Amino acid sequence: MSISLDEVRHVARLARLALDETEILSLQGELNALLGHFEDIQVIEGSGIEPKSHAVAIQNVWSEDVPGRTMPRNQTLLNAPLSRAGLFVVPMIIED
Amino acid sequence: MLTEFSAAELSRKIASKEVSCREVVDAFLDRIARDDSRLGCFLTVDPEKARESARAAQAMVDTGSGGPLTGVPVALKDNISTEGIETTCASKILKGYIPPFDATVVTRLKLAGATLLGKTNLDEFAMGTSTENSAFQLTRNPWDLDRSPGGSSGGSAASVAGRLAPLALGSDTGGSIRQPAALCGVVGYKPTYGRCSRYGLIAFGSSLDQIGPFARSVEDAALITEAITGHDAMDGTSLPLPSISSARLKEGSLKGLKAALPKELFAESMNPGVLSTVYAAIESLKREGVRFTEISMPSIALGVTTYYIIAPAEASSNLARFDGVRYGVRVDGQGHIGLVERTRAEGFGHEVKSRIMIGTYALSAGYYDAYYLRALRIRSIMQHEFEETFKDFDFVLSPTSPVPAFRLGELRMDPMAMKLLDFCTIPANLGGMPGISLNCGFTEGLPVGLQLMGAPSEDEKLLQIAYSVEQALPTATNWPSIA
Repeated sequence: MSISLDEVRHVARLARLALDETEILSLQGELNALLGHFEDIQVIEGSGIEPKSHAVAIQNVWSEDVPGRTMPRNQTLLNAPLSRAGLFVVPMIIED
Repeated sequence: MLTEFSAAELSRKIASKEVSCREVVDAFLDRIARDDSRLGCFLTVDPEKARESARAAQAMVDTGSGGPLTGVPVALKDNISTEGIETTCASKILKGYIPPFDATVVTRLKLAGATLLGKTNLDEFAMGTSTENSAFQLTRNPWDLDRSPGGSSGGSAASVAGRLAPLALGSDTGGSIRQPAALCGVVGYKPTYGRCSRYGLIAFGSSLDQIGPFARSVEDAALITEAITGHDAMDGTSLPLPSISSARLKEGSLKGLKAALPKELFAESMNPGVLSTVYAAIESLKREGVRFTEISMPSIALGVTTYYIIAPAEASSNLARFDGVRYGVRVDGQGHIGLVERTRAEGFGHEVKSRIMIGTYALSAGYYDAYYLRALRIRSIMQHEFEETFKDFDFVLSPTSPVPAFRLGELRMDPMAMKLLDFCTIPANLGGMPGISLNCGFTEGLPVGLQLMGAPSEDEKLLQIAYSVEQALPTATNWPSIA
């Protein structure tokens, strides 16, 4: 499988990365080289094998449903690049 | 010099009041001031905060409430959150980020009275095997300043080998503790997945990441492991087990132990000096009564591919949180999406972007089955192979890294060669088993690492074996001088 420049641009959009054309070209080369190496796993049929997303099977970890303390708002906002009136500031998303 | 003592020796000297916590922390701060401009281990050192925690530690000693780690300095990889101390993951995108909370391991170190020295350099977001992907600085190998300390926890490994810290913590997603430990000639240990809380470790590959220690001996590694491990309700993947005890560390014997040698981990393409040093160690262990059997684990050959699909897939999801809104750098763009896209494009380095791209691609519609799902199936096969192996064997032995420390810049233009450096260490992350690397000798003046892997959750047994192995091998007595 090889990946076209348009596919690289599409994946960059999905990943929310504004890449310039030089980076897109270089990433196309790198991704294709990697995908070439990835061919080795295509030999595994494996349809009868259950895929495992984790090494340790822990399921249904619950915590008690009791109110707890959360971080104070000013502390939460301490690292925000832009905040106002106790809120994170983002560009307008919904028009007037 | 105090910096030459092991953590266990420092601990005894502090407890017996032969030395004060202040003297100990000052010795290491002096050492950092003297040598770190050349080694580049630390991204942040805050002498005032370190001395403050030494004062708190001394109070514990004076009131008799101290423990084995009280007053012992520890360096922390800079992807472990420290309240009030900048934590960057060696990425421009987190420059200036001051966590409002401590990682669980940090909380536990503070409770134990350990002195926190500073934050160490790493490959950006722990993605790499040479520490050259740091956005801020190079770290050099104390054994040869022209060479890499390995990675991604290169700063932690080099700080311990250079005696800038008696102990350090790192994180291991595909070998990021064990591989730099091997290249720097120190002990590096990745506990069983889930035995050390990941709360506050800035996530890379959540199903693979595990925090663990660097030390100059297995005894020292066990000392800090006991303090940082054990169940934590803040981490949903934390195992409901107590901390990893070091009580019976020295009670093991090698006589009659059965060890497996997977032939896939002794590939002919590996460095001949590494192979011959490891084979010599095997001969020494045979004389101590270990019985070795060569086995085959075919899935290991597919480990690198499996890892380089699963880890980037998880990373592409984990790193979605860096959007320029809640923390870190922000670069304005066209509207909200433009802001996110520009922030990430300027904040992340090349290797991080590359892994986000491969992960996004592997998870995207049309390719999910061919790559991600298939990788999860191989992960399943590999786990099964290890389960079967541990029914018959006490441990699995291999080289830790296929090569000794390489020159800085040597592999930078060859991303695939860089990725193959994880070949021997990846299986323990995919399978969740504990793995430890210890020095087993030298080739052309450079340390060679020996990796031992144990059955999942049998960390106490693995550490006991590692301690006995360490006693049976000629150990490094001449640590490198940085002068």
